[in-house]
Amino acid sequence: MLPIDILATIILATGAFFMMTGTLGLLKFPDFYTRMHATGKCDTFGQCMVILGCVVYEGFNFITIKLLLVSIFYLLAGPCSTHALMKAGYVTGVPVWKKGDKRA
Amino acid sequence: MPFLVIGILIACTILVASYRCMVGPGTYNRIVAANLVGTKAIILLIMTGFVIERPHFIDVALMYAVIAFIGTLIVAKYAERAELCSP
Amino acid sequence: MSAMKEKDKMFSIVLTFCTLFIFWLLLSAWTIYLPDPYDFSKIARGVLAAAVVTALSYEMFVQDRSRKVLFNLGRVLPYIVWELYQILLATIDVAYRVFGVLPVDPRIIVFPTTLRSDMAQFTLATSITLTPGTITIDIEPEEGVFTVHAVAVEPAESLTVDQGMQKYIGWVYREE
Repeated sequence: MLPIDILATIILATGAFFMMTGTLGLLKFPDFYTRMHATGKCDTFGQCMVILGCVVYEGFNFITIKLLLVSIFYLLAGPCSTHALMKAGYVTGVPVWKKGDKRA
Repeated sequence: MPFLVIGILIACTILVASYRCMVGPGTYNRIVAANLVGTKAIILLIMTGFVIERPHFIDVALMYAVIAFIGTLIVAKYAERAELCSP
Repeated sequence: MSAMKEKDKMFSIVLTFCTLFIFWLLLSAWTIYLPDPYDFSKIARGVLAAAVVTALSYEMFVQDRSRKVLFNLGRVLPYIVWELYQILLATIDVAYRVFGVLPVDPRIIVFPTTLRSDMAQFTLATSITLTPGTITIDIEPEEGVFTVHAVAVEPAESLTVDQGMQKYIGWVYREE
């Protein structure tokens, strides 16, 4: 394999590892607010890494511009939907977990 | 070959998220899990486009990203206020 | 909203049409220009699509032309590079908390800032969401009061005690 294929595979593997860490946090964290920390941050970064790996694999042509558009859009839209869900949960009255409570 | 492996790993992630969608006390945990499934679907579409070697799937992924984002905002607004537009 | 001045209306129509046409060229260039270059009927399809969407939605993009946003490209680009580095640190921090290396001890804090324009408040809210350990919950636009959920003690203290990020964004938007 060419060295640029190996670099693209390393970037893809990093992105997939961070996505799986984010989903493990969805199982392990004890509260709604901390689960949104895990999915909101790891999902955004992992998706941008995976798309960057595809861009490095492909070279530079018109298809790469479309992939970069998907990546830039999700970098702006991911934190926005995280904030909207968090505000909806806080105003409605989902209880906040302090250290020493039961899991929810 | 690497795209197939990444696609299978992300499909296992969708199974884990669907467990949180079933258990998960209250409405908001289930909304978070559904949003996660929508995000992973975008990546799966791009991976499928690379495995089959037809680049038309990237257009579908771009459109689905926009529609999923707007859908999450609408569901959040409805869960907060119990109505969509004031009469 | 339909009572826009004539100058604003013309500026808005031209700007919306040019942006939409450039996007159409970017998204469908690889099927048009690579097999069979510069055919007139294919460009006419793009012009028609952009014209239809512009006629339906030109009132949405330029609201108030007389309010200038103070924008200096030499200050925004280092901020974007710093922001991408903070996203990487945030993801590594969440990975540490999932695997048990650092503790999980969440709390909610409320603090005031000196930023007043909506562009600066939106930038600070997105930066707080993408920094390790904090997510914005609510903004009060008149007084500039932020409600933030923090995962542990150290990210909460870096927002209230240090205030490094508020000073940086105040410098980018020329101290608003």
